[in-house]
Amino acid sequence: MSLCAVKPDEAGAGDSFPVAENLCTIVSNDWVNEEYRLLIVDAPAIALAAKAGQFFHLMCPPDGESGNFLRRPMSIHRIDREQGQLHFLYKVQGSGTRGLATLGQGDTLDALGPVGQGFTLPRGTQHVVMIGRGVGLATLAPLAQEAVAAGAKVTAILSARMASLLMAEDALRSDGAEVVIVTDDVGNSDTTSLEALLRRVHADRPIDFVATCGSKRLTRLLQDFSTEFGIAGQVALEQRMGCALGMCFACVMPFRNTAADGTRTVGYRRVCWDGPVFNLEETVL
Amino acid sequence: MTDLSVRIGDITLANPIMPGSGTLAEGMADVFDLSRLGAIVTKTFTDDLREGNAPPRVAELQNSTLFSIGIPSKGTDYYLNKTVPFYQKFNTPIVASISADTTEGFGALAAKLSDSGVVAIEANISCPNLKKDGLAFGMDPVATEEVIRAMKAATHLPVWAKLSPNVGDIAVIARAAENGGADALVTANAMLAMAIDIETWQPRVANLMGGITGPATKPVIMRMVYQCAQAVSIPVIGCGGVSNAADAIEYMLAGATAVQMGTQSFVQPTAMVKLLDDLTAYCERRGIAKVSKLTGAMRMFSPEQLARQGSL
Repeated sequence: MSLCAVKPDEAGAGDSFPVAENLCTIVSNDWVNEEYRLLIVDAPAIALAAKAGQFFHLMCPPDGESGNFLRRPMSIHRIDREQGQLHFLYKVQGSGTRGLATLGQGDTLDALGPVGQGFTLPRGTQHVVMIGRGVGLATLAPLAQEAVAAGAKVTAILSARMASLLMAEDALRSDGAEVVIVTDDVGNSDTTSLEALLRRVHADRPIDFVATCGSKRLTRLLQDFSTEFGIAGQVALEQRMGCALGMCFACVMPFRNTAADGTRTVGYRRVCWDGPVFNLEETVL
Repeated sequence: MTDLSVRIGDITLANPIMPGSGTLAEGMADVFDLSRLGAIVTKTFTDDLREGNAPPRVAELQNSTLFSIGIPSKGTDYYLNKTVPFYQKFNTPIVASISADTTEGFGALAAKLSDSGVVAIEANISCPNLKKDGLAFGMDPVATEEVIRAMKAATHLPVWAKLSPNVGDIAVIARAAENGGADALVTANAMLAMAIDIETWQPRVANLMGGITGPATKPVIMRMVYQCAQAVSIPVIGCGGVSNAADAIEYMLAGATAVQMGTQSFVQPTAMVKLLDDLTAYCERRGIAKVSKLTGAMRMFSPEQLARQGSL
């Protein structure tokens, strides 16, 4: 057994290495609707030290002819330190997630992590507004938990094609977030409606932090909104990855840099190491 | 207790395991103690600042990957002031990997590293030579010899030539590097390859071509390590699809003095540490007192054996 492969009962609080190939036991891996599965695993202490916005790099079982040689990055849907469990919410859409879907209760998942830079809530934040669509909701849920724990009010705007595809609603409510649902069916999920909604929420109770994940359209909306009102904001990004430890430089995306003299340039940064959470104003879409 | 130390020219390494250039960064120090490695080979940098290729930069293949990164670089000052001090926290010799567009550029950059604290310089000669119509230095024996000679003239540090596998006769290039004064060979860099998405009809990496790396490449590079070791008297460092101790032992039997692991570290960041533990266990089980005894120890089929097999 290698030095850093950690089983749940072997991990101690005093481990000096913050990232490990955590061997997690599957508790359940069930469909939550026709597109998404919820994977719950028993995780060691190193893994449970994860922060909102960080992620794990999962070894996915082979899917037919695809050996799934590389790991797949997966955001954390819930860090349940009381139960010693991690939740991952994922859409089954490629060979990696098809492989993940084959895991059953009692199987072992090799989860490298926690890795990446998570959300940074400014000190004294009073009102966090988060907007998520699709699987982006999964990534934002731990932030709601952290924000409420830090004494902030959280308004979570959940967007989906139809109400039956919403997933994080109950978890967010039980964490103390106020949940607002918008759907394509009802016709209130378009950018114009959302912008009006944001303005109403802001007028009712000033927003001092915004967060999003999973949609370029929503990210652009929040960029414009946060710029207009001078509100801090962050976005969790996704990119195809190699190593998830900043080593291979495969997962770069362009970002705006501001030099000391104010000059603005655009340069590549590693989503896995410099992110996956980035400040909205730096993000190029 | 097995003696894991190996000699690469004038340098003695505590063990024969090191990362391939570009497969280890600061993040690895969050996973294990980098002091366990025989050497730390850093990611190739150039003197000038470079952003690298446009994404997508990686495609997954069977037991391998296609990478097209393009040598992004933060330049020499960053390397000297940030990268080297970071790795000096560990009790492991640092090897710098460098690249340049011209022979003179390789020499000038090597000179800048003379007092940097690194113990050797690896020349990444798989990049295009801008003065020879973009043909990679490592694909041309004359350019290979000139680059190594220019570096040796510019610095007292040992120079390792990291060969390109994209050649017809690797032995010719190996001898050219040795003639230029190389202290060791690293065999080899990634094999030039490409892949196309049959749904979008687009290349799977934006740069069209990239380098295939990973376990699938091992038998080809194994053959090249053997050919290099036969062709030169300087040490050869095996690099291609090393995933575990068995792969490292195989490379050493073929003639390698040490090995570099690359792609496997992306999949299993603790793989180099596990390799070391398993290599030690193998040597103890086989009663091998010095791991260096494995180098070139492959046993060929004897004429008698072949006769018994009915060789006609």
